[in-house]
Amino acid sequence: MIQTEASCCRIIFGMGKGKSKEAEIKRINKELANIRSKFKGDKALDGYSKKKYVCKLLFIFLLGHDIDFGHMEAVNLLSSNRYTEKQIGYLFISVLVNSNSELIRLINNAIKNDLASRNPTFMGLALHCIANVGSREMAEAFAGEIPKILVAGDTMDSVKQSAALCLLRLYRTSPDLVPMGDWTSRVVHLLNDQHLGVVTAATSLITTLAQKNPEEFKTSVSLAVSRLSRIVTSASTDLQDYTYYFVPAPWLSVKLLRLLQCYPPPEDPAVRGRLTECLETILNKAQEPPKSKKVQHSNAKNAVLFEAISLIIHHDSEPNLLVRACNQLGQFLQHRETNLRYLALESMCTLASSEFSHEAVKTHIETVINALKTERDVSVRQRAVDLLYAMCDRSNAQQIVAEMLNYLETADYSIREEIVLKVAILAEKYAVDYTWYVDTILNLIRIAGDYVSEEVWYRVIQIVINRDDVQGYAAKTVFEALQAPACHENLVKVGGYILGEFGNLIAGDPRSSPLIQFNLLHSKFHLCSVPTRALLLSTYIKFVNLFPEIKTTIQDVLRSDSQLKNADVELQQRAVEYLRLSTIASTDILATVLEEMPPFPERESSILAKLKKKKGPGTVTDLEEIKKERSSDMNGSAEPASVNASAVSTPSPSADLLGLGAAPLTNSAPPPSSSGSLLVDVFSDSASAVAPLAPGSDDNFASPDLASSEVVSEEPADTVHDADELFHKFVCKNNGVLFENQLLQIGLKSEFRQNLGRMFIFYGNKTSTQFLNFTPTVICSDDLQPSLNLQTKPVDPTVDGGAQVQQVVNIECVSDFMEAPILNIQFRYGGTFQNLSVKLPITLNKFFQPTEMSSQDFFQRWKQLSNPKQEVQNIFKAKHPMDAEITKAKIIGFGSALLEEVDPNPANFVGAGIIHTKTTQIGCLLRLEPNLQAQMYRLTLRTSKEAVSQRLCELLSEQF
Amino acid sequence: CGATCLHAPWQRCWNEEGVPVSEDTQQQIIRETFHLVSKRDENVCNFLEGGLLIGGSDNKLIYRHYATLYFVFCVDSSESELGILDLIQVFVETLDKCFENVCELDLIFHVDKVHNILAEMVMGGMVLETNMNEIVTQIDAQNKLEKSETFIFQSPRQDR
Repeated sequence: MIQTEASCCRIIFGMGKGKSKEAEIKRINKELANIRSKFKGDKALDGYSKKKYVCKLLFIFLLGHDIDFGHMEAVNLLSSNRYTEKQIGYLFISVLVNSNSELIRLINNAIKNDLASRNPTFMGLALHCIANVGSREMAEAFAGEIPKILVAGDTMDSVKQSAALCLLRLYRTSPDLVPMGDWTSRVVHLLNDQHLGVVTAATSLITTLAQKNPEEFKTSVSLAVSRLSRIVTSASTDLQDYTYYFVPAPWLSVKLLRLLQCYPPPEDPAVRGRLTECLETILNKAQEPPKSKKVQHSNAKNAVLFEAISLIIHHDSEPNLLVRACNQLGQFLQHRETNLRYLALESMCTLASSEFSHEAVKTHIETVINALKTERDVSVRQRAVDLLYAMCDRSNAQQIVAEMLNYLETADYSIREEIVLKVAILAEKYAVDYTWYVDTILNLIRIAGDYVSEEVWYRVIQIVINRDDVQGYAAKTVFEALQAPACHENLVKVGGYILGEFGNLIAGDPRSSPLIQFNLLHSKFHLCSVPTRALLLSTYIKFVNLFPEIKTTIQDVLRSDSQLKNADVELQQRAVEYLRLSTIASTDILATVLEEMPPFPERESSILAKLKKKKGPGTVTDLEEIKKERSSDMNGSAEPASVNASAVSTPSPSADLLGLGAAPLTNSAPPPSSSGSLLVDVFSDSASAVAPLAPGSDDNFASPDLASSEVVSEEPADTVHDADELFHKFVCKNNGVLFENQLLQIGLKSEFRQNLGRMFIFYGNKTSTQFLNFTPTVICSDDLQPSLNLQTKPVDPTVDGGAQVQQVVNIECVSDFMEAPILNIQFRYGGTFQNLSVKLPITLNKFFQPTEMSSQDFFQRWKQLSNPKQEVQNIFKAKHPMDAEITKAKIIGFGSALLEEVDPNPANFVGAGIIHTKTTQIGCLLRLEPNLQAQMYRLTLRTSKEAVSQRLCELLSEQF
Repeated sequence: CGATCLHAPWQRCWNEEGVPVSEDTQQQIIRETFHLVSKRDENVCNFLEGGLLIGGSDNKLIYRHYATLYFVFCVDSSESELGILDLIQVFVETLDKCFENVCELDLIFHVDKVHNILAEMVMGGMVLETNMNEIVTQIDAQNKLEKSETFIFQSPRQDR
């Protein structure tokens, strides 16, 4: 071996001195020829020579040269009985993987023999080779065999360790080929093994397996907890070899804590108590004086501590532990060790999203801002930005955004774009005052214009167009910003667009008269790129409509040679067409064609999508799909262009222009696809844009006017309350008693299918006296009317004592809705006039069609709907006993499909369905996470429409 | 976890993903990693966000600096950062034990041994053993086997 080494070194260093590439290749080729002749020679080589030459080949390969022979000799070495020969053989096979099937058969055979050899060294080599290659072929050949070795009673510890990791490797490459079976329960029991190395390897294996098969490995939780507890509470000398700088078995502790993060908090109170005790001990130890000054000691200790904190955050159930964790991280934020500051910022990010600790995290805001300013390491500053983003809410948004903007001026180039996206998202999400939003984005463009992607400036325009309260301010601000002698092209784009739409709002001020606005924009024209110029041309034609007084000036500009004869086809076409349009179209037509843009339909912020894309390769596939969807959207909706276009019926030459005029951006669309995806917003279903629903209006059944017209004689307040509770009962069922008092009982029977439904209302007279002038009316409020079509037939005005009358309501759901219709009943009983109102339980969820889907599908869709606006979450106290079966029945009654074995945590419930309305179908995903100990639920709804998520969440939250 | 191990000035890249990475990519990874790591100050943190070369942002470079040597591991999110720092320390301490006062030259001339030691700790990219005594025992056993075999085959050689 040593000899071989030496000769190899000679090759290497011979080349090192040779300097020139040719000399190296010459030397190598000579050596290769020599080896080839030896292998082909008549004389059979002995094991030693074979090994020597195979080893040389290996080194030549590692130097970067192709090796196309020697595989057979290497395979021969595998069957040698000498360790050194076998080892080189395996090394060669691992490094130079070959797909020749005949060879693979031979290799597999050799590996099989070694696995069966009962020689731990040989078994170890074979397992290493399988793990290093880790190919599908290897998995096919050995995935059945290795579990047996792993759980066999007589396997040596070191082999068990290798077998566990080998199996893990095969499971990672080809999970479908590793059969679950009896061995799984025996693997779990390896957590009790004497040998801590075995336990560590087994824990790694179980952690990965449990993520996919939580049920199968559930028993590992209690075993892991007791193992952890034994380690944590032991004196540091108990574990001898596995004590590392006075910390007992830190790696194993970390692995066990990771394993526990695959599961919810243990249900068994004893196990749970023991785990809590462990976590507390770990937190306590952090406060003890260090047992060694060495950095290794604190490293190992903190590795365990951070993992414990991760587990606490994962469980998210013990407020006490969460707050302690937060305080501990707070200490680390100011630690002199950079690594700890880095990790503390990272962990706090996840902590910030927990309901229980969000407030506690917020208290560290000053420290984090300080880190952003003073930290010397860009990695740490990056974490600080992430944390600020995570801890941001309405209360501190202004401060955080200001700090981020500040930091942006000096930030590293590598992270600028991400900060820009984050600032843009926070500014939009937490804007109370939209003038602040506009200021922030303009500042963003000023400070880091190059890093402001198209998504960002598109978004600011969408928002300005959709919110008329900010339009004047926006026009004024961009006008002022454009005064700067050098301003970023993105600002010119935003300015051009906004002034083109809303320049009239500031034209009254002589300092920003139409002509001044135009001259200001046109002064930037020549410095801009083609897409921006195209946009400015559209602005000019909009000006023609907004400010007829400068029409001739604009026409002159359009008529100039530099426009009409521009080398760029797009610009030339625009100039020609706009000029023509301005000359031939009447004022009325111009006004219609160039009317203000209609509001954009509320859509996912494309900035968020962009940020997600930047953040991880894991989400990229999702995004690509979204993109695909969008581009198909675009094709599909190209023709309904816009309302204005169809309103005009001018003959053909201008029809072409109309498209341009109505939507200046379409044709200017700069080539990259990202722009296309956004512009879709301009067109797609703008017609179906839903009028904003009056928030909270569904709950004001008890609003004064109605309440006063409540049942006359009886305690009105009580009735309202009862009725409300009864109303909620109907959310998950279709039949039952809706209302009852001493006089009258109202029963319901209903059925729903897709977006249609029929409801039978039964009015029972409980008295022995006739009701006269009995008139039930179903009332839809103004907001509700367009969304819900209800048809009823009048009933007989006389209801005899003890009799029952029936009324049919035909229901059609046109679009999603929030409120419930109201059933008003008036009649005369005896001498008194009775008037009462109840909410009729026609709720959005009635139009649910359940959808079955696999776990993979579910989570893929779940990810696609990850915009904060699509998600609505509610955390609430349980009002009824927390029974899983009842919960299931309610979710099914709610109308969605109950998806079993989808959530990795079996205690959680997930559902999926589609809301059918006449105009659209809305996919809905829901997830309900019960927390038995706290008697709380967390309900998360994700749908493509915010209002729908919101409404469904309200309705369902009342049920548990 | 994939482990990329790199020593400066002499560098070696052991691809633990099982897929042979082309020589060019390997060299590029090493160059870029070295570039990233070597220009960092002493008291900044030991973790580096992954670039595209090492498989995107899920992966991190974790390194330790000993005199003229850098030890760099590339790990995914399933590993504890501080744990890996300690693992590097164990690796170095083990090298020190096996070579008695390890220095750069040991690593250059005994690449195979370094590889064997690493193989006892990391297997197919996963942490196999962290206990130094256990590792040293295994390595000693291997050395013994090697020596005995060297002895056996040297006798026939002398006959030749």
